[in-house]
Amino acid sequence: MDLLVRGVSHRYGDLHALDAIDLQVKGGETLALIGPSGCGKSTLLGIMGGMLQPTAGEVVAAGAPPTDSLNPFTYIFQDFALLPWRSVAGNVALALEHHGLDRAGRAARIEAALALTGLSDFATALPRQLSGGMRQRVGIARAVAVRPAILFLDEPLSALDAQTRELLLEDLLAIWQREATTAVYVTHNLDEAVRVADRIAVLSRRPGRIKQVMPVEIPRGERGDARHASDLAALHAQLWDLIRDEAAVADRELADG
Amino acid sequence: MAEETGRTPVRFRGGGFQPGGRRWAPWAAFAAIIAGWQLASATGLLPPLIMPSPYEVVLALGHLAASGDLTDHVVASLSRIAWGWLIGTLAGLGVGFAMGIWSLARSAGIPVVAALFPIPKIALLPLLILWLGIDEAPKIATIALGVFFPTVIGTYSAVDNVPRSLIRMAQSFNLPNPAIVWKVILPGAMPGILAAFRITSSIALILLVAAEMIGAEFGIGSFILAAGNLMQTDQLVAGVVLLSILGLTISFVLGRVERWLLNWR
Repeated sequence: MDLLVRGVSHRYGDLHALDAIDLQVKGGETLALIGPSGCGKSTLLGIMGGMLQPTAGEVVAAGAPPTDSLNPFTYIFQDFALLPWRSVAGNVALALEHHGLDRAGRAARIEAALALTGLSDFATALPRQLSGGMRQRVGIARAVAVRPAILFLDEPLSALDAQTRELLLEDLLAIWQREATTAVYVTHNLDEAVRVADRIAVLSRRPGRIKQVMPVEIPRGERGDARHASDLAALHAQLWDLIRDEAAVADRELADG
Repeated sequence: MAEETGRTPVRFRGGGFQPGGRRWAPWAAFAAIIAGWQLASATGLLPPLIMPSPYEVVLALGHLAASGDLTDHVVASLSRIAWGWLIGTLAGLGVGFAMGIWSLARSAGIPVVAALFPIPKIALLPLLILWLGIDEAPKIATIALGVFFPTVIGTYSAVDNVPRSLIRMAQSFNLPNPAIVWKVILPGAMPGILAAFRITSSIALILLVAAEMIGAEFGIGSFILAAGNLMQTDQLVAGVVLLSILGLTISFVLGRVERWLLNWR
């Protein structure tokens, strides 16, 4: 399933957050959205999945979602958004409870999702007992359990420490390899974008506009190889050049100024 | 050696300010208070007409229990407080949830609640007697009204405190609105609702006694008032002890309910 963003603009009161965004997400690809803080990339992600009403423009899905997809547009959240009173399995179950699945079908999907994310031994644990990395694994398990047509990831690793982030990124890439979903990945971390994306869309700062869309030519599976290190470093430098000045301005801005 | 003399251990400055539990301390405190009281009575420091000894209070309770009056009074009080609290709580939860969820209910509700909340509800008892008669109904209604407003306030602020991110998450998985209320907002608001229960249960107890003192045949409040009129201080203090036991029991039950419902915290 493709997703087309057509002429999307968004305002928060006087604040012009997004301006005339045109963007296409092709079925099967991973598109990274990067940009300086406050460029509206999370706003754009919210609009793309139908969680925010844009001031102007529209988002169109082209093609039908896979028949076994319970929730075609599915999010993975920066703050995990787990129900603290539900166990790991219960949190995954929440996403499946209103889709006409019988008990056995639900249990099978939960089990598969927990196995995929390495959570099988933690099914009965409560979120407060888990580390940040494990909590986000629950968020990932909940998302893959509904077989999304498009996965929206809103800075999924930003709340984690550097080591956990590295581990979880490897897991995410492995899951990606198996599930082959379409994904939009919002991040401010250039390394993450370079590691996960097929294409990287760079947003400018306020009002957010698409500055450039850059393809990453190296196959995802080979990006860890030493022979590609210099190419990826060059790409990283190129991206940094694009957003550096604006990031510096964003850094010096007063909140609610 | 010169080096050695220059060395001083770093002085420990942390510690303290961490009050912990001492299991025997509460029992010792109660024992000391009761023993001191008994001693003051025995030495004549507390004349029996003004304050009975603990022993006399226990005797009075024993007589009450033996005559069957204890059951009548306690059952009358318990049923009033139970009905009043239940009605006030259910209505308060309904209105509180509505005000937590819908803008119209909130905009209309907040000024009304703000205007009615500060009225001491016992002042409405005469009016309620005119409306509802002199039976149980006005007493129950007084308690229910006293419980209603704090429940409304506690519930809608508890609903406000449910993280919006959880509600957005539920929406992003296409949960229908009733399921969002039932599975996300209600459990998320539960800590605040239970905190409101602690407040409303003590309000209910105060209003119970006040309403029973204004007019009731049976009930702990009327029993205390009657004992006071006859200067039966042993009976009077026995009634006060009953109220203390009732309050402790309610707070114990609430503590259990909290532990059961909020075991995820």
